Amino acid sequence: MTPEKGTSLWTDAWLRLRHNRAAIAGLVILAVIVLACVLLPFLPGVLQDPNAQNLADKNLPPGATHWFGTDQLGRDIFSRAIFGGRISILVGLITTFVSVTIGIVWGAVAGYVGGRTDALLMRIVDILYALPFLVIVILLSVTLQPWTAKLTEWTVQAIAGTDASQAAIGGVRTWVEPITTLVPLFIAIGALSWLTVSRIVRAQVQSVASMDFVEAARSLGLGHGRILFRHILPNTLGPIIVYTTLTIPSIMLFEATLSFLGLGVKPPNSSWGVLIQEGANTMFSNPWPLLFPSVLFSLTLFSLNFLGDGLRDALDPKSAK
Amino acid sequence: MLRSLGSALLACLLLASCQRETAVERANREKILLVGNGDDPKALDPHLVTGVIEHNVIRSLLEGLVADDPQTDDAYPPGAALSWEHNAEFTEWTFHLRPDAVWSDGTPLTARDFEFAYHRILHPDLAAPYAEMLYFIKNAEAFNKGELKDFGQVGVAVPDDHTLKLTLREPVPFLPGITRHDSWFPVPRHVVLKFGKMTDRFTKWCEPGNMVGNGAFTLKEWRFNDHLEVAKNPRYWNAANVKLNGIRFIAIENFYSETRAFLAGQLHTTYQVPPDLVDKLKADAPQWLRQEPYLGTRFIRLNTTRPGLDDPRVRMALSLAIDRKALCDTVLKGFRPATTLTPAMGDYHPDAVAGFDPDRARRLLAEAGFPNGKGFPRYTMLIRSAGARTTSEALQAMWKQQLGILVDIQGKDFTSFVSAQQTLNYDMAVASWVGDYLDPSTFLLMWTDGNGNNNTGWSSPTYEALLDDGAHQADPLQRLETFRLAERLLMEEQPFIPFAWEARNYLHRPEIKGWHPLLLDNHPWGGLSLEP
Amino acid sequence: MFKNLLSRLVQGLLVLLVLYTLTFFLVKALPGGPFQSERAMPKHIRAKMETYYGLNESLPVQYGRQLRNYLKGDLGLSFRLEGRPVSEVIAQAFPVSLQLGTLAMFLAVVIGIPAGCLAAAKRNSLIDTGAMAVAMTGVCLPAFVIGPILAECFGRGLHWFPALGWDAGWPSSWLLPAFTLGLAYAAYLSRLTRAGMLETLSQDFVRTARAKGVSPWNIIVRHCLRGGLIPAVAYLGPAFAGIISGSVVIEAVFQIPGLGRHFVKAIESRDAPMIFGPVLLYGILVILANLVTDVLGVWLNPRLRKSS
Repeated sequence: MTPEKGTSLWTDAWLRLRHNRAAIAGLVILAVIVLACVLLPFLPGVLQDPNAQNLADKNLPPGATHWFGTDQLGRDIFSRAIFGGRISILVGLITTFVSVTIGIVWGAVAGYVGGRTDALLMRIVDILYALPFLVIVILLSVTLQPWTAKLTEWTVQAIAGTDASQAAIGGVRTWVEPITTLVPLFIAIGALSWLTVSRIVRAQVQSVASMDFVEAARSLGLGHGRILFRHILPNTLGPIIVYTTLTIPSIMLFEATLSFLGLGVKPPNSSWGVLIQEGANTMFSNPWPLLFPSVLFSLTLFSLNFLGDGLRDALDPKSAK
Repeated sequence: MLRSLGSALLACLLLASCQRETAVERANREKILLVGNGDDPKALDPHLVTGVIEHNVIRSLLEGLVADDPQTDDAYPPGAALSWEHNAEFTEWTFHLRPDAVWSDGTPLTARDFEFAYHRILHPDLAAPYAEMLYFIKNAEAFNKGELKDFGQVGVAVPDDHTLKLTLREPVPFLPGITRHDSWFPVPRHVVLKFGKMTDRFTKWCEPGNMVGNGAFTLKEWRFNDHLEVAKNPRYWNAANVKLNGIRFIAIENFYSETRAFLAGQLHTTYQVPPDLVDKLKADAPQWLRQEPYLGTRFIRLNTTRPGLDDPRVRMALSLAIDRKALCDTVLKGFRPATTLTPAMGDYHPDAVAGFDPDRARRLLAEAGFPNGKGFPRYTMLIRSAGARTTSEALQAMWKQQLGILVDIQGKDFTSFVSAQQTLNYDMAVASWVGDYLDPSTFLLMWTDGNGNNNTGWSSPTYEALLDDGAHQADPLQRLETFRLAERLLMEEQPFIPFAWEARNYLHRPEIKGWHPLLLDNHPWGGLSLEP
Repeated sequence: MFKNLLSRLVQGLLVLLVLYTLTFFLVKALPGGPFQSERAMPKHIRAKMETYYGLNESLPVQYGRQLRNYLKGDLGLSFRLEGRPVSEVIAQAFPVSLQLGTLAMFLAVVIGIPAGCLAAAKRNSLIDTGAMAVAMTGVCLPAFVIGPILAECFGRGLHWFPALGWDAGWPSSWLLPAFTLGLAYAAYLSRLTRAGMLETLSQDFVRTARAKGVSPWNIIVRHCLRGGLIPAVAYLGPAFAGIISGSVVIEAVFQIPGLGRHFVKAIESRDAPMIFGPVLLYGILVILANLVTDVLGVWLNPRLRKSS
């Protein structure tokens, strides 16, 4: 009999994940959508200008030149959906990254140091947790809105340089502005979504910190920081990854909701939320502007959810599947 | 078992919830008119509000000296006043009120109520936003600004209970039209004083149960953000001819939802149909769609203190590069291309100055030092809401194509939009103005130096002299002629670029009788009936 | 237990104070002011309005005065609604939001929990995957997509229900909005219930019961439900508070005169008193909901009862 090959946690998890068909399907679909939204805008000639109006061609059903049809201004829905997806995904990724980072640091410190520090940090979390989320996010994003103009100008100046010509500045502004106008969203949503991450991380850190190998490391004289970041945290990554994949869709949903209410991404920087809102308005006269962005949006959320579920099942050794 | 019980429960819930008749069917039976009125009114005190939404509701509760005519803007039927006369110079007017008129609680309506109303709206402590509508009255402006303390010196006199004498600061031949505006309405003195001092801003006198009026209807119920209901006033002088039992003003601020609600049988008439739905409705439901001219103008306000925009040649070039007809045909359904600020009205026919002449536009731009748009600063055009986006993007495309000028578009919420213009913190903005009465002064007076609605940084002593001159003309035709010259000057300077005269696109059910197209859109509610 | 409750209450008050302060400064930071109107307000009139509302006093003075008023129960006057007391507006609007939220929650529970139980019982069957797929749809199709579609089909198309509005006397206007709002929560509940039930069903005492011949129905309802509902209940508390404040979208889609719509309008018109009212109300709701959930959770899960 050949001895069984030892496998690490990750290989184990990957093997389990591979058998979860829904999760793999989700991964594939997600990859396709994300790659399309990120890469296609850079390939010349593939996408039409999402903001180019052609009033003669308005409200067309899907066809050869316009794969998804056109909206009431004659704009190509396919391009708008791709560019809009770029914004939505960007918001989802960046905000999640910010929120998870804050959450990890906060939770790790609380869980490791313990005592009074832990109590204080978690008390703050409790207080913030009790704030009505949507309401505060709306308020924050509206309040931060006017600062984006200043931020945009400052960033454009910093990148283009003070002596650049008007045209150069204009060029820089075209790609900087859609991102800087999203900053209030990043801050508003990120400000309150790190709370659950910190709780999860704290619980994980506490359980891992009590294990023998940590005590061993300590007796070896390793510094606290080293122990925390090189030894403890890597072992807590499982739930963190799962939570991250499940946070992204809820954040994207938030951004879409805010944009739908007119408080998030503002036209012409369209996101899926804006596209859906515009599509919903003209739903009965022309269903195509609503259909495609909604389908893309839902597919992305679907995939992320399935992937997250699959990861959770795969990484949790206790689940009997 | 529980499972089947649960599904049975759900089925019952569903069935019970389905409606038996639509809202319109029920309302036709009850003779209640269901009106989509845009947003919720902010208040019902005629001295504290300025909007069309509030105006529509207040017009059902109160009536001015002169009434609205259901069929034309140009007729002036008697309202609270039975008759009136004026002197040759149109500076002294005497109104004779109905001797038997009463408020809805039975108290007699007298000229003292009108005097009280004018005193109240002009009183500086009330801070009435529309007090300037009464500045036509002698010394009214001084009293409102606090320079004059004695109201007795203002040109309002009450020789007896049913006679009202007004002395004006200049000839105003169109005074009857102005008295139809709600800022000139009477308020019940006895009720207002019951709930507070004359100059107290937010008392309870306008609440359902307290409010008393002289209009065709009285206030029955007001649920915020939902609906406001008025019921027939049996004490109205013309109550015998009022066919409706009540009106429900429904607050829907999303006009796509409003259209859907109308088509679902929930409204008799709507406030506005979004332009992108017009074509489909014309094809599918032409019997319900109405497209009528409205007394309003859409224009692009320019900040004339900005480099480039300070040159009238540049402004004229921008104006001439706009293909207004294409804009109206494709984007602004039903609107008419504007050749000047004021739409023609009555005997007033202003000159056509704005138009589409791209060659001349390019020449002017080159003359001003920006051939083919080279070197022209890149400005931002502010728009107020998603609805204006289509218009602004079309304008953006036209300027790029015809002149090589690039403009960015920025959407702002209402508050920021207004404050940016008022502080001259903008480059250009897409705006509009709706006239209050049928006289060009309602469009022309705002472009004077320091006027809160100017906001272009432009002013001209010549223009103001012409306006002043026209205001003092006793002969109405001479007056309009002087205004025509003033408007021509204004248009040649183009501190703003008018591009379309407004039209109202709205949905309307055929069972409403007595509703005719009106430029001011002030349909007298008492003259309507429902005949399905 | 009592000491715990007391400390939670004190913490709740602290949260409200933080919420008040945060909102105060955020509102002050909002650009523009409450007195913007299409027709410019003459300067002397605006000065009068600002004095009337106490807006020209220093910030600390305004902070303190407003706080004292709130403690007395005086929520101030709305700017946008020309002096209407905020409490009056809330008194009209909050019951509507509450009705909407409660009905939505009811539908969510009635649809979600049985679905989850069913899926757990018939694990890995077609019913299971089918139910979970539908549940996933409910989570991923946002309310502002489903809402207009439903309004279009059932309202304008079939005339079964009104396309918008909330008529207290007419139940047919409640169903579409409540269903749209409840759908996402039903989806979540069904997944949570399924997970909880699966966990409970895999325990030893269930195997014993099955061996003893207890019917599957009795196993689920009598033995497992209590434990299986733990994750669902833990979710329900904050979900209820979330449903009330999250109805903002539904209220916008269906034009329902609830608190969420007032809140959004208040933000657009910088109507500070009308912003505070809903924010503080929601804050109280969230705190209460969390409290009730924790208590319910302890009752359902005896293992948590050991110390309080």
